[in-house]
Amino acid sequence: MTREPLPVTVVGGYLGAGKTTLVNHLLRSADGRRIAVLVNDFGATPIDRDLIVATDGDTLEISGGCVCCSYGSDLMETLMALPQQRPDVERVVLEVSGVALPGMVANAVTLLEPYRIDAIVVLADAETVERQADDTYLGDTIQRQLAAADLIVLNRCDLVDDIARDRTIAWLADQAPDARVLPTTHARIAPELLIGLRDGSTPRRPATPQALGVPDAATLYDALEFDMPSDVDLQELGPLLAAPGSGVLRAKGMARDGSRGIAALHVVGRRFSVDPAPSGGASTKLVVIGLRNHLDHHAISDALRKTSSKQETPC
Amino acid sequence: MSSDKVTIYRARRILTMNPARPEATHVAVRDGRILGTGPLEELQGWGPHSVDDRFADKVLMPGLVEGHSHTSEGTFWRYCYLGRFDRMDPDGKVWPGAASIDDVVARLQDEERKLAAADQSLSGWGLDPIYYGDRRIVRADFDRVSTRRPIGVIHASGHIFNVNSRALELAGLLRPGVNHPGVPLGEDGLPTGELKGPDAMTLVGKHVGFDREALANDEPGLRRFARLCVRQGVTTATDLANLLPDDAVAMMQRVTGEAQFPVRIVSFRRFQALTPEQAVEIALKLKEQSTDRLRLGAIKLFVDGSIQGFSARLRWPGYYNGAPNGLWYTPPETIAGLYRLALQKGVLVHSHTNGDQATEMALDCLEGALRERPAYDHRFTLQHCQLADAAQFRRMSRLGLCANLFPNHHFYWGDQHYETTVGPERALRMNACATALVSGVALAIHSDAPVTPLGPLFTAWCAVNRRTASGRTLGTSECISVADALRTITLGAAWTLKLDGELGSIEVGKRADFAVLEDDPLEIAPEDLKDVRIWGTVQAGRPFPAASA
Repeated sequence: MTREPLPVTVVGGYLGAGKTTLVNHLLRSADGRRIAVLVNDFGATPIDRDLIVATDGDTLEISGGCVCCSYGSDLMETLMALPQQRPDVERVVLEVSGVALPGMVANAVTLLEPYRIDAIVVLADAETVERQADDTYLGDTIQRQLAAADLIVLNRCDLVDDIARDRTIAWLADQAPDARVLPTTHARIAPELLIGLRDGSTPRRPATPQALGVPDAATLYDALEFDMPSDVDLQELGPLLAAPGSGVLRAKGMARDGSRGIAALHVVGRRFSVDPAPSGGASTKLVVIGLRNHLDHHAISDALRKTSSKQETPC
Repeated sequence: MSSDKVTIYRARRILTMNPARPEATHVAVRDGRILGTGPLEELQGWGPHSVDDRFADKVLMPGLVEGHSHTSEGTFWRYCYLGRFDRMDPDGKVWPGAASIDDVVARLQDEERKLAAADQSLSGWGLDPIYYGDRRIVRADFDRVSTRRPIGVIHASGHIFNVNSRALELAGLLRPGVNHPGVPLGEDGLPTGELKGPDAMTLVGKHVGFDREALANDEPGLRRFARLCVRQGVTTATDLANLLPDDAVAMMQRVTGEAQFPVRIVSFRRFQALTPEQAVEIALKLKEQSTDRLRLGAIKLFVDGSIQGFSARLRWPGYYNGAPNGLWYTPPETIAGLYRLALQKGVLVHSHTNGDQATEMALDCLEGALRERPAYDHRFTLQHCQLADAAQFRRMSRLGLCANLFPNHHFYWGDQHYETTVGPERALRMNACATALVSGVALAIHSDAPVTPLGPLFTAWCAVNRRTASGRTLGTSECISVADALRTITLGAAWTLKLDGELGSIEVGKRADFAVLEDDPLEIAPEDLKDVRIWGTVQAGRPFPAASA
């Protein structure tokens, strides 16, 4: 079976952190990509009505070809059945309950061969997350959620001042030292960060900041393209791009993987994976998305050179 | 049977649980209800009657009430029983406990020979390898039974599967590179065949006969469960956590409505993937579908996991072996929201809290809800509540919460709790029945069948003796008297279900539900309470001898 594994984005975080807003935002931004959004229950995660074109029990058809299912107590069974039921699905966004540990859920998904974990995204409410993490009952749960994150979306930054926000960002760096932190409001982050760039689309060049004051990750990122030598060792390149200093939030590139054909490298925050890619569509570009002014163009070019076998490493 | 006919049963002794008349020799029954107890002369005043002597040498108690069981005990008996201890099946056959891994394998081999189709799966249940020393059971053990058939055996706790190579292969798990804490790997880098926790278990379940469809809506299983109830003297049993889809409700209504169905089933809707508003609405609709023998309309909520699975939420100092704290199954805001709305609408909620931190959280949520909206006589109950301390029982008493404790744990896992999970001091106070009673908490005790065997008299024995499988006594100060134990498995459990006005004692106006015993539980030595022989039951005036169940 050489089918490319389906990427799964696990979305976690406590009640009120903005998971529902984020899910609706992603469905609205799918732009032709066929995403299956799995939620614990529609009662707790209401899907915006104008997005729904049909309802069938636990399944909602979303305009534009996406689908939304509630899995209740049957997450594994829902995931096991999905590839047969919806062979057109390209990506899964898995929203977990407010007290679930997204790291454990991601671990469970790895037991299923058709899938790979693309990223664990944890939302945090800028106003309350520190207090929650200190709560007698919930503290360790919140801390374990954050520690598992590849990307932390620090949401509702409009409710705190800059000093408080920066203090929380510093505190998060302690809780989850390798995770990338994206401050935002209304869970508005660039959808490409979570659901990837559309194949063949041109990466957006730097966009202009919408407004001063509250940072808005939807407009504050750069997307860059690099020429990719076909003999780059993806297993070596992955950790360099996923390292905290690279400024990379998401990257995707393809290369020949020894004798095993074409492989794809996916990087999201601190996580990377190398998986078989469909033959034929091998692109020669490495596409990288990062926060504006944090992407180190030269470091990435260096990384590509270092991990390419044609290049003699000087030393 | 004419509906207005009076039958007067004569018995060796009738233990009524009615303090005004604790003992009697006769009980008069009409229309499936009790007219009264007393000497024959008193009861003759009810008019034309027949005297029935079939219980003349038996002891009658109120029909036993199992306050926390699952009808899936009936379903599990379709699989091969592989537990460490003897267990009686619905036909009354006692299956001897498996003394070793070889015993387990031999029993599976026996079953395997009975299967016709070459690739048919083989399923077992009740496995408890902690009794077989340090050696883990691995797939090679079950490969001795078959390498062609998938084989899966669920542990007594319900939290672990052991499977053979074929089952792993079908589930796509017989491959290198599996990286999951619930799937231990052998030296060859392949899974050993032990699958812990629901995620890993779901993957193989459908290949080894434990798929969800097989377990839900199981009519033969419900019938088997009812026969087990008769053998254990049970006339009312809970089915504590069912998703209760329409087809299951229709099946349960039909089966329990049959003239010879011997037990009243109280089935709770599991709170799962619902908002409080949805759950309460569903409960109220279900309540309207209740019948005499199928009681619906209550909600079961899970707050945390299990102690032996290390998923229960413990307060400081946590697990004795240093395992990280367990998991919350429902957020506190949701629990509080459900309590508030259910109190307002008069819907009964029972909450599963194993660890003492889960108990504390439930107490906080209920206290907050009651402060906003005082509610009288709600009968909300903490189920298991195994680690609650004295202060928590005092709070429960003040808030009107009932406790349904789980003394069977002492026997089956008490040694493990003492040595590994919570350590000696908390193992000694677990399931603190005596503290609950002196604190004024309404008390029930339970089996959680199929986790441990259905049998309230065995559960009462556990609460009275607190003996572990190895013979250790866990906390003599928490032992309760036989009389108190008998009350908890009748009136006590009925109270938690708001059925104590109908059931739980033998007195005028109540249902004619009796446990019919060969031995007198008040005369037999307390350490032999579990050995009381059971003739069967009378349920709503209908005699059900175990011998023909």
